[in-house]
Order: sequence, then structure tokens, then C-alpha cells
Amino acid sequence: MTPVVSLRNVAKSYLRGKQQVEVLHGVDLDIARGEFLALMGPSGSGKTTMLNLIAGLDQPTSGEVHVAGARIDSLARAALSTWRSQHIGFVFQFYNLLPVLTAEANVEVPLLLTNLSRGARRKRVETALQLVGLADRGKHKPNELSGGQQQRVAIARALVADPTLLVCDEPTGDLDRRSAEEIMNLLQALNRTQGKTIVMVTHDPKAAEYSSRELHLDKGRLVDEAARRAA
Amino acid sequence: MKYFGLIWAGLWRKRARTLFTMASIVVAFLLFGLLQGLNQGFNTVVTNLNVDRLYVSAKTNMTDGLPISYGQRIRNVPGVRAVSHWTYFGGYYQNARNAIPAFATDPEPLFKVYREMKIKPEYLEAMKRTRTGALVGSELAKKYGWKIGDRIPIGTSIWTTKQGSSTWMFDIVGIFDSTEYGGGFPVFYLNQEYFTENAAFGGNVAHYYIVGIKDPHQATRISKEIDAMFANSTNETRTQTESALAQMQLKQIGDINFIVNAIVGAVLFTLLFLTANTMMQSVSERTPELAVLKTLGFSDGKVLTLVLIEALALCVFAAAGGLALATLFFNSGALRQIFGNFTMPMVVIGMGTGVALVLAIVSGLPPAWRARQLNIVDALAGR
Repeated sequence: MTPVVSLRNVAKSYLRGKQQVEVLHGVDLDIARGEFLALMGPSGSGKTTMLNLIAGLDQPTSGEVHVAGARIDSLARAALSTWRSQHIGFVFQFYNLLPVLTAEANVEVPLLLTNLSRGARRKRVETALQLVGLADRGKHKPNELSGGQQQRVAIARALVADPTLLVCDEPTGDLDRRSAEEIMNLLQALNRTQGKTIVMVTHDPKAAEYSSRELHLDKGRLVDEAARRAA
Repeated sequence: MKYFGLIWAGLWRKRARTLFTMASIVVAFLLFGLLQGLNQGFNTVVTNLNVDRLYVSAKTNMTDGLPISYGQRIRNVPGVRAVSHWTYFGGYYQNARNAIPAFATDPEPLFKVYREMKIKPEYLEAMKRTRTGALVGSELAKKYGWKIGDRIPIGTSIWTTKQGSSTWMFDIVGIFDSTEYGGGFPVFYLNQEYFTENAAFGGNVAHYYIVGIKDPHQATRISKEIDAMFANSTNETRTQTESALAQMQLKQIGDINFIVNAIVGAVLFTLLFLTANTMMQSVSERTPELAVLKTLGFSDGKVLTLVLIEALALCVFAAAGGLALATLFFNSGALRQIFGNFTMPMVVIGMGTGVALVLAIVSGLPPAWRARQLNIVDALAGR
């Protein structure tokens, strides 16, 4: 089966001041449709950079990035924006909801980029909020919700446009243990019942246990799993 | 339209700051509306002044006056249709603060010179029959509740009577429609004969001769002829058209155009920085939110447009408020006392809208461009 995500010899370096910093070194990776991949590794290992490349937020210095049937490393900025709106749902560590909008309005934001009517948008928002168990909190603003509830709203926003891939950057990093479990149960359910492909960056081994595959990055290279376990 | 909620929410992110900025814009455009409205009003009044009337005054100073005998000689100049005059009486009703624009005149030819000023013939007849008669403008009569048949005392600090009194009694014999005229225009007329006979001194002069001419194209020739006729006499004259006279009087106040443009320019220039600062702060505070929008698929162009529309909404709503207040002030009649039937010129509303749009674009473009150039990865990482 063709993988949803395919990275071929991907390298990424940044210029920090006058210094060239190599973040990823020739990474190869395939992620199958319906997989729930946990990407782990120490700080500075290149996890978030890899996630940004998969999500089309950044472009590699060299190599190829294929996601959802498109080679995105060579897309122009405008085309990449449109592509992201159609294929990627994002969940951030700090939720990143728009504070002036209600939960409903926050979830609706990605749908503003579609041609859906107002009625159809409302219906989709309702469904997404029901899916994350917050149907009764639609009129609340982010500051009226707990951290766990805000992250659920963020997940509803990520799901509402029915993206090919859900990309989560430390989704439990700002939550207490109980809320973190709730969020991980929700992501696992979305993966198992809705068949959503999820790529999650996490530090937390407990969160990684909910995934179907774990991968480790170290100093910009994927670590051989057998070697890692043996070590 | 579907982005309205997003723009509106962004606009009111910091409610107090937006309200204060809006208030500044409202006040600036209220000032703009009032000053430009007045300026346009002056220009309109001057432009619309009658071109078939000439004003003859003493060459030295209007207050020096001209002999009453000049009227007949001016009437004989070829091309002259009718001649009347104004002799300044001034005066007040009951209290010195209630100034009355009263003038002694020869009423019948006056209404021939001012053909647009309508009066019933029987009132002119009554004026001829009644030496103490007075013809009063409708607005003035309404203000003091005067009606035909009333006998009213008018005080004066200049013209005492031969009996030594500073109060003159007048019988109102006619009321004419004066709604087209402002507060500076004479709307209280008394008979020249009555004035001349009863004034203790100086009652035999005219401060202005008003000359109705048959053909406006002959205005220059007739003016020159009148002035030539009295050249080298003890009372030389200066003859001007109605608009030249008005312009000369306005010039005494100063170059209104320059003053208005200087004030409005300074206010708008300051406002430009204020609005740009508000928008800059607003965009700067929202950097992570704008990065999220871009992450979700909003293109660079769309983010630029959203910020620009926000600046437009801020400026245009507030400017509309300021201009509406200025229009209310104009239409409330507050200026009618000065300019007569005067409303806010539409050209000022158009100019104000144009200025608001330019202000929004100039102040909104730098932050909008900054939002457009935002790098998602750096912005999300807080760099």
C-alpha cells in the first residue's frame, strides 16, 4: 500500500546567526494510512522540524517529502497554504485557540477556507464538537474552558475539515495527567474508529504508549529500533 | 462576508484601546467635517452670490458713509435697473445681547434690487404709509414672537434721537421670508426718512448703495462709471460685485482655506501615527494567532487582506461617526444664524470618506505587510 507520508533522504539545516545548524541528516521514513506514529527523542533531536516538514510548514534543505500523494517540498508558499488547508489538521502543545472567538467559531476557522455554506459549516462544527465531547461548550470562549477542554476544542478544529493527516506537537505537554489521558484516549479513538492517520511528537513515554508505532530521533537521525532496544 | 466574525473579533481584541482610537478618529473627523464644511460653505456662499448686484461704499471706509443724494445720480448710469441703500442702524431688543441687524433704507427699490426676497405688496404699501414702520424677516420675527401690528422698542448705543432717547419705537407692518439669509444679512428695515429726521446726528448718509444692473456682463463697466462719476469729490466711491465684497469681508478674518487645511492636515497627520501604532500593536500581539491562521491554510495574501480590512473597519466606522456628528451639527440649525439655510455639503462627506480610506490604507499597510511576511515556524516558536 502507498504510504501517506514518505520522506526520502531529507536533510534540514538552519542558519543561526553566522552558524549553519544541521537539524536533520538524510532521513528516510514511510507512514502508512491509518497509522498512529509517536515520534520521540530528546530536545533538539529534530522531532518538531520533522513534523513541520511533514505538515508543509517548512521545506527541507534537500530530499523529497511526499504527503497525501503530493510532493510538497517543491510547492510554492501559496500552493502549500491551500494544500495544508485540505490535508493537514494541527494540534499544538499550547492549544493555540483564538482567544476572542468562541469554541464554535474557533472550530469553524478552517472551514472558512472552503466553499461550504454557513449552514453546512455549522453542522460540521456541531459534529466535530460532539466527537470531542464538548457539544455543550460551543458558546464558551477559551478562557472559560479548562486546559483539557481547550485541547479538545483544538482537536475538533483539527478534525473539522476532515484532513488526511492529523499532526500533533506535544498535545499533552501542557496538561495534567488525567487530562493528558483523556486527550490520548480521544486521539487513539479517532485513529481506531475513524481511521485517522496521526503523527505525534512527544516527550512522554506514557503518551507514546497509545500509538501504534514509536520512532526515535537522535541528533537528526532516526534510531534503528532493534539497536535502540538492545542498547 | 464569512470572515466578518474573524475581523470583528480581531478589531475588539483590546476593547479599551480600540474604543480610545475610535474616539480619536471620531473627534478628528468631526473637526474635519466642521472645518471643511465651513470652508466649503464660505466658498459656496461666495460663488452663489448674485452677479447682477453691485455695492457702492465710501472709498476710504464703509463707515464714513456716502451722501443720500448719490442714489439719484447712480440710478442715471446706463444699465442700472434699480438702486437702494443700507444705512447701518444696528440696535438691540430689550437687552444689548439681543443684537438686531437693523438698517434704514428706501424699502420699495430695495425689494426690486433683491428680487429673490419675497414680500407682499400690501406690506410695502403699509411701510410707505407708516413713518415708524418696520419690515422684519420671518426668522427674526419668529425668534422674538413679533407679529404685524406690534409696537416694539429698539435700543441703540449709536443713534440717539433728537429728543435724547436711545430707544426708538417701531410698528411692525410687514414680515418677509428671510430663511435663505444668515445672521449677518439685514432683516430689519426702517424708513430712511424717519431715521434722517429723528437721528440727533449723521442720519443723512448711506453706508452702502446696492445697485441692481440689467446685464451682469456690464458689471465692470458700470462699476468703473460709478467710481469715475464721484472721483476727485469729497466722497469718492468704491464699487464692487457682491462676491468681491463677500471675499473682501472674509479676507478680514484671514485666509480661511489655509487655516482650515493647516489644522485638518496637522490633525490627520497625528491621527495617522496613532492609528498605525494601534494596528502595529494589535498585529504584534497577535503574531502567534496569525501564525496559527497561516498554519490552518490562510494564504499570505488572505492574512494581509484580513489585517487591512480590520484597519479599514476601524477608520471608516469611526470616520463615519465623526462626519455624522458634523452633519448633525450642520443640520441642527446652529449655523443657520450665521450662514442662513446651510447644510453639510456632500462634497465634504465624499472628501472625508476618501481621507478615511487613505488613512486606513496608509496606517494598515505596514502591519498588514508584516503579517503577510510572517514565517510560521519562527512565529510559532516565539522567535
